[in-house]
Amino acid sequence: MNNLFMNTGSSSFTEFLGAHAPDLLPIRAQALAAPVGDQIPHATTIVAATCAGGVVMAGDRRATSGNIISQRDIEKVFRADDYSCMGIAGTASTGIELARLYRVELEHYEKMEGRSLSTEGKANRLATMIRGNLAMAMQGLVVVPLFAAYDPDRDGGRIFGYDVGGGPYEQRLYHSIGSGSIFARGSLKKLYRENATPEDTVLTCLQALYDAADDDSATGGPDVTRKIWPVVAVITADGFRRLSDEEIAEYVQGMLDARMTDPDGPTAPLR
Amino acid sequence: MSMPFGYASPEQIMRDRAEYARKGIARGRSVVVMQYADGILFVAPNPSKALHKISEIYDRIGFAAVGRYNEFESLRLAGIRYADINGYTYNRSDVTGRGLANLYAQQLGMIFTESIKSLEVEIVVAEVGEEPERDQIYRLTFDGSVFDEQGMAVIGGQAEAVSGRLKERYSEGLPLAQALDAALFALTEPGGERPAPGQLEVAVLDRNREHRKFLRLAGPRLQRLLDEIVAPPAEPAPAPAPETAPPIGPEGEIDTGSGE
Repeated sequence: MNNLFMNTGSSSFTEFLGAHAPDLLPIRAQALAAPVGDQIPHATTIVAATCAGGVVMAGDRRATSGNIISQRDIEKVFRADDYSCMGIAGTASTGIELARLYRVELEHYEKMEGRSLSTEGKANRLATMIRGNLAMAMQGLVVVPLFAAYDPDRDGGRIFGYDVGGGPYEQRLYHSIGSGSIFARGSLKKLYRENATPEDTVLTCLQALYDAADDDSATGGPDVTRKIWPVVAVITADGFRRLSDEEIAEYVQGMLDARMTDPDGPTAPLR
Repeated sequence: MSMPFGYASPEQIMRDRAEYARKGIARGRSVVVMQYADGILFVAPNPSKALHKISEIYDRIGFAAVGRYNEFESLRLAGIRYADINGYTYNRSDVTGRGLANLYAQQLGMIFTESIKSLEVEIVVAEVGEEPERDQIYRLTFDGSVFDEQGMAVIGGQAEAVSGRLKERYSEGLPLAQALDAALFALTEPGGERPAPGQLEVAVLDRNREHRKFLRLAGPRLQRLLDEIVAPPAEPAPAPAPETAPPIGPEGEIDTGSGE
């Protein structure tokens, strides 16, 4: 531990980890003998949408290994710091490890420097981490995050998307990732209202996840019998808040009641 | 055999080093770390907004230091690295104040014995627990000695005098405003004026907070707390003698805030 005191390097925890204990990095250099794609649990759909004064992110709870549902209640939306969060799609294990490292990275910088990273800084930092995983992505361990943050400079929410090579790509208004993202995005496109309240935007995101689960086998819908609800996070000037199960149950129940009569969900006005 | 020229006995060397460090540490202002109802309070008179004497190390762990800034700053950074790497390797709950205090003790002790000059610092590592009984306050001196303090610790400046004044006001489970009042009382020399809010660095480890317990109190939040102290509901204001009292306000009853 002595070199802790000698090392006066940068405020990046990842760089420090790379020098001090490289084996702890989620990114490994060696190549796998064969692609492992289908044998490792994959996390699926995440949606995010901006709302008045912030941003909402929601993720379903299913993880799949090929055609098997490997976990029904996996969590894929993580608090990164007080004003940001990330969702992961792709290889669950790498994604969870990445989210853990990313949280420490942001916090480490904040404590070392006495200030938080800018929103762009946070988004760029995540891009570097994703790019570091490119070799493993080529072997089938793909992980792609979705990053959402409240930006105090703009007093509003921002969303950043990524691909396996990094990014970031700033997204306007809403975005989705994962296997069900095509269906979720179609749904968001019709149901999204700019500057809606956080409550309405939560409902929009839950509708989008339902639509994704409706058409994508790897995305899980709300599990009423087991009481497993999507994870929903709202970030505003007050900070990160993960909605409690009771709150989400209420939203979901309302949505399901309406879908009993109209299975395809709400329709957008034609004109 | 005669002693070579310039010989100094090890006892003498250690005494000199300790003397040198003590003088350096006593030059600054004191820092108070104490328990209050919801956690641990840190108070330091510090005119700088950027060069902190108090800071966050990890979720439940805070750090306070006096002495040479560059020396305790490097200790602080090393502590953050230690905490973050352990929390990342194992689990966030596996980072403890005790572990950190031991790491600092080793480093301080090693420098004290091996370097020409010991570090001119005194530090406190405090960890807030789930219950007040599990709060921990460790005080570490320049030679690597660790003291497990009960309830409160004072470092730097006229530590003994400040500590004496703090004991007068301290009791277990004080509310935050009263604890801050006690700390400011202790930090102010008798008859002296209390430091202005802009000259204070105040932070808490609040066990009721989620995730990260450390919170800096500054600006309006600190002002509100100080206002609570200035207008305590306890003592009714003594009635001013009419012939000598200067005209300070409209006629009528004076609102003492006591609700009478």
